[in-house]
Amino acid sequence: MDEPNTGPAIEVEQLVREFKKGPRAVDGIDLSIARGEIYGFLGPNGAGKSTTVLMLATLLPPTAGTARVGGFDVVSEGAQVRARIGAALQEAALDPMLTGREHVHLQAALHGLRRAERRRRADELLERVGLTEAAGRKVGGYSGGMKRRLDLALALVHGPSILFLDEPTTGLDVQSRTALWDEVRRLATDEGVTVFLTTQYLEEADQLAGRIGIIDHGRIVAEGTPAALKAEMGAATVEAVPADLARRTAVADVLEQFGEPVGASDSRVAVRLREGPQGLTDVVRALDAQGVAVASLQLQMPSLDDVFLAKTGRSLEGSRAEEPDHDAQPEPAPA
Amino acid sequence: MSSALSTQVGFLIRRSMLRTLRQPAAVIPSITFPLILFGINAGGLAAAAQIPGFPADSYLDFIFAFPFIQGALFGATMAGGDLARDIETGFLNRLSLTPVSRVALLAGLMGGVVGLALLQGLVFVTVGVLAGVQFAAGVGGVAVMLVLMALTALGFGGLGAWLAVRTGSGEAVQGAFPLFFVAIFLSSVNLPRELIAVDWFRAVATWNPVSYLIEGMRSLVITGWDPTALALAFAVAAALVVLGLTAAAAGMRTRLGRT
Amino acid sequence: MSRSSFSAVALAVAWRALHNAVTRPALILPSIIFPLFFLVAFAGGLSRVGDVPGFDFPGGYTAFVFVWIVLQSCAFTGAFMGFNIAADFESGFSRRLLLAAADRRGILAGYVITGLVRSTFTALLLFVAALVSGMRLEGSLLDLLGLLALGWLANVVGTLFALGVALRMRSVQAGPLLQTPIFLLMFLAPVWVPLDLLSGFVGAVAGFNPITFAVEAGRSLIAGSATGLPLGYGLLALMALVLTGWALTGLRRAEAAG
Repeated sequence: MDEPNTGPAIEVEQLVREFKKGPRAVDGIDLSIARGEIYGFLGPNGAGKSTTVLMLATLLPPTAGTARVGGFDVVSEGAQVRARIGAALQEAALDPMLTGREHVHLQAALHGLRRAERRRRADELLERVGLTEAAGRKVGGYSGGMKRRLDLALALVHGPSILFLDEPTTGLDVQSRTALWDEVRRLATDEGVTVFLTTQYLEEADQLAGRIGIIDHGRIVAEGTPAALKAEMGAATVEAVPADLARRTAVADVLEQFGEPVGASDSRVAVRLREGPQGLTDVVRALDAQGVAVASLQLQMPSLDDVFLAKTGRSLEGSRAEEPDHDAQPEPAPA
Repeated sequence: MSSALSTQVGFLIRRSMLRTLRQPAAVIPSITFPLILFGINAGGLAAAAQIPGFPADSYLDFIFAFPFIQGALFGATMAGGDLARDIETGFLNRLSLTPVSRVALLAGLMGGVVGLALLQGLVFVTVGVLAGVQFAAGVGGVAVMLVLMALTALGFGGLGAWLAVRTGSGEAVQGAFPLFFVAIFLSSVNLPRELIAVDWFRAVATWNPVSYLIEGMRSLVITGWDPTALALAFAVAAALVVLGLTAAAAGMRTRLGRT
Repeated sequence: MSRSSFSAVALAVAWRALHNAVTRPALILPSIIFPLFFLVAFAGGLSRVGDVPGFDFPGGYTAFVFVWIVLQSCAFTGAFMGFNIAADFESGFSRRLLLAAADRRGILAGYVITGLVRSTFTALLLFVAALVSGMRLEGSLLDLLGLLALGWLANVVGTLFALGVALRMRSVQAGPLLQTPIFLLMFLAPVWVPLDLLSGFVGAVAGFNPITFAVEAGRSLIAGSATGLPLGYGLLALMALVLTGWALTGLRRAEAAG
């Protein structure tokens, strides 16, 4: 096969998607994702994450810009792209009337696998996602976690080298989420699969992704490794709650010797430590020396939420419920 | 057909049949409802066979084509609804990511429609014969009746699939059902055209292609082998199939939207 | 409970349901379009059935089928009311009604009033459509009012039946259960020919179907030869009485379910 072996797995330049009514869902993004990398695409509902995935998966033509996936152009070489990608899209689109095994067999047949291979592949994948026992049951009776796992198995039927996971853990309990993370990590590490993962969970991006792109209103507002993004936010902060609220000023005086005050309130004092986390011991000694008692003292490292807040002016955790879901199921514009 | 394509089509037909047969709540009405209406019409209008010039000895024989047409319509609406649900849930997107062709997708869906139509048809024939319907064209007539029903289902199924891919909504497909239903009643389903006294109604029934489908099927029961009626029925059925499948295939191209 | 709280609740519920119908005509369209379509299909397509030997209805075939269509449309308008209340349960509106209503039987009365208003509207529309398509009237204005009264009774029967089902199911899934029995009751009657020309199973069942006697009473009215009226009105009234119990016990079930 004419597989271009060099170059990034996903390469995107100035990609744009407009819908008839409404703003640009994707507004000129650039991406370069290396082979074997797990890339986390982080943003609130309606930011343009799913629209980007649909374009990269050749299911939605871009309005402008170019994108190459696996070395092939998503517009002019759709079939080649599809042969190399697997996708678990947001809806966990399954037929409730078919069993798990029937789903895998159907998907394998449509990918052109031969009968013996279909069987082997179905056994292997169902085993890997822990659905061997449930394989004969209709999907209508599956739990949310089981559906997501089957969804992942279906995306892997033809052994793709690039995997798109659109919010794979939304609505899952902690256990199912961790199991799915483990499998995604294994795919990247052991099989060298490139994973493009969208999520609205900071923790997921932080845990899983080698690199993160933060998207908001269709634009990438920050990109880098989780550590680098957090480092950009500067040093750790320390937050103290005075034992006696009347002595708040005394506590503040002590703390402000060690850094700039941030986000204080009537009941607590917080400063960004000039010396980094190491400065905490000095703070404790100084409080003790001054004889000021505190009810609690907390060291806080910068989080991705701080990054998000700094880049978009909003907190991701808080914005989740309120944003309308613009990009969940975009209508292909009929010709 | 290449072996890869036939495997794909085979799997898609299987899926479409399984999904239908595993929902008895959907299949049973598509068989019982036409039979109930058949029973009501046959009993309620039995006296119509005494109208001077009525072409059959028994109204039961005359009205027997009705459940086949209505059953075909039912099955086809179900297929349109199923496709719309695949669009709504994103299942079609999943299929689009495989190398499956548009033709295979459509063939899979339509295979399910024809399969269901044949199942319905066999039940209708059995019930009809038990109720005393006599096929003037004999066993061969039964076979031709089933073929005509399958073609009708295929044509309506194509239109249903076209509606599904155009609107992407199961409700819209269901909403169109009464329109098809009206088309059945504004035809020669209840009385032969020459016995429709109201001029505009007779004109509508004459222009309504459904009349010719029904008259062709009916001729097998009440006349025997009537080349003109059968030729007209097959011509209408073929036109319906071409129209339905062309529209569906074109709509599918837009809907798949893959590059 | 005082009489005034009963009527206040009834009028409030009726006002709201009618307001709904006027502001969202798509909801009531089926209950208007179906009977009009029946009129077209029967009076237009089947008129030669009037030529069957032994079919001697003085008013002509359009008048003959018109009576059945009026009763059918009234009964179905009642059945459609069940959808309203089932949908109200799904949206939680009914729970609010149950909490707010001083006399909950007033809720049932409110739906009955709504059904009566809507069925009167449909019946008048059908009457105009039938006249336009050439229906001959042999009966007097009083006979016509008598037919309307039969329609009202059929409507109350339909509404009470549907309320009983909807209050028990409390889900729009109840749809087929609301329509199918009324559909069968209406069609297992002399729809297209007089009772004595029916044959087979339909003929046998129709002889015991109360709707048969209501239809025949209505046909005698429009033909100007009122006969069999006590039986026609009486059977419908009896059904309404029994179904009042059905609807009230349904209300109790709904109350018990919270």
